[in-house]
Amino acid sequence: METLLQQTVNGLVVGSVYALVALGYTMVYGILGLINFAHGDVLMVGALVALEAIRLIQTHAPELGLVPTLLAGLSVSVLVCMVLGYTIERTAYRRLRNAPRLAPLITAIGVSFLLQTIAMIIWGRNYHTFPQLVSTTPLEPVAGVFITPVQIAILVVSALLMMALMLLVNKTRLGRAMRATAENHKVASLMGVDTNKIIAATFIIGSALAAVAGVMFSSNYGIAHYAMGFMPGLKAFTAAVLGGIGNLGGAMLGGLVLGLVESIGAGYIEDMSFGFLNSSYQDIFAFMILGIVLIFRPTGLLGERVADRA
Amino acid sequence: MSDANTPILQLCDTKVAYGAIEAVKGISLELAKGELVSLIGANGAGKTTTLNAIAGTLGTAGGEIRYAGEAIDKLPAHKRLRKGLALVPEGRGIFTRLTVEENLRMGAYCRRDTDAVEADMERIFGMLPRVKERLAQVAGTLSGGEQQMVAIGRALLSRPRLLLLDEPSMGLAPLVVEKIFEVIRSVAAEGVTILLVEQNANLALEFSRRAYVMESGRITLSGSGADLLADPKVRAAYLGE
Repeated sequence: METLLQQTVNGLVVGSVYALVALGYTMVYGILGLINFAHGDVLMVGALVALEAIRLIQTHAPELGLVPTLLAGLSVSVLVCMVLGYTIERTAYRRLRNAPRLAPLITAIGVSFLLQTIAMIIWGRNYHTFPQLVSTTPLEPVAGVFITPVQIAILVVSALLMMALMLLVNKTRLGRAMRATAENHKVASLMGVDTNKIIAATFIIGSALAAVAGVMFSSNYGIAHYAMGFMPGLKAFTAAVLGGIGNLGGAMLGGLVLGLVESIGAGYIEDMSFGFLNSSYQDIFAFMILGIVLIFRPTGLLGERVADRA
Repeated sequence: MSDANTPILQLCDTKVAYGAIEAVKGISLELAKGELVSLIGANGAGKTTTLNAIAGTLGTAGGEIRYAGEAIDKLPAHKRLRKGLALVPEGRGIFTRLTVEENLRMGAYCRRDTDAVEADMERIFGMLPRVKERLAQVAGTLSGGEQQMVAIGRALLSRPRLLLLDEPSMGLAPLVVEKIFEVIRSVAAEGVTILLVEQNANLALEFSRRAYVMESGRITLSGSGADLLADPKVRAAYLGE
């Protein structure tokens, strides 16, 4: 029972990170019908830029407190990723707007390789220790469950960001234009919407969320690495498909469900396989879910239809 | 440039092509300010293509389109809307997943005069009482007639000077069509110039003062609605006689 509770908490934490990244996938899919495979690498850039900024602050302004340092690093990383997201859209995807769907998809994979290679050139192939500015020492256990301050921060910040995003999408003029463009580019442009701007805004918002997710991920695990975006990216994509790609609520739900299944699965995999597999095989759960969803409910938990939308 | 006599819309030898296939093969037409003109013709004659080219959702392959004296061929659709040129597209183009109110607000997307937008909303509710009852409803759940009303209301919220209507009667019951045409008439009475595309030639010709007849990408006839209604060729081709 304690394992279950503990793994539930862990699952919610990792699930909120997946959810933030999944939102970026799903927003871009909703508006362009494109799986932006470079999205996970934006998370990586977010983590490494934050790392770099934090190092600089610690060298040049060591008197700054831990939390202000982290916030400053986070802000720099969010800004850089917003610019990066815009640049990717502007240079790689915009000119392929009317191309067959395979072209932007392959381009996205290319952008992913490009970002990883550039990151490798800048930061090398080694794992970097990510400074633990928010403590990762567990607090006093409640009901036998350990939770660390950084985990609490992740839960709170992602919940706030998701609420903010929902408000933006559902209650503002920009959000309305995003939904209108997602449904029909042509008619949106007949309303005077500059759809290219709306698409750029979508990339910028998604990239900002990915940057935050990257900093959370690295703060939680204490490492950053040029290829660290691949796995969370793939899992967040799985989460988006699980929730129903194109659906914001679905991405959030999918992220949380995936995090939970994965954590709880990892907690019990040894018992389930009679000691044959250990928790380092936890990744199989995410991809089992992807397989099962694609076979039995390709529209995802909350998705209506995955019909060809461009 | 744009004085009272400048036509609000001028097409000079406008061509539109889908790849190698020319759908509009060089047409010329002209609308004076405040006119209600219709463009009729059989299925596939190029009417919708023409409207899309005027609104900017399709590029032209030649010729010129002038709006209030200014060449607009190269402007993207969203900039043409900002100049006062609105299209109610074929099949209505409702955002089915947005609510009725959100659809209407999309029409006012480019406007910053919030108070005037609210006043216009009220005016449109006055014109389309059924729309007001359904503001919070997701627009996809509306009937075809209600969707057409929303589509027209939405276009009006951009305060167009030129309104292009693509088959507003399509798929609607005669009673509903009558209501929609009543609305169009009142819009025209407010001084908005209207170019109406219709397959229902009878209705369009009775309704508008002037009309153009389009046939396989060309304008083959034009004249007053009454003359065209009396024209035996038109009667044979479009009025089923």
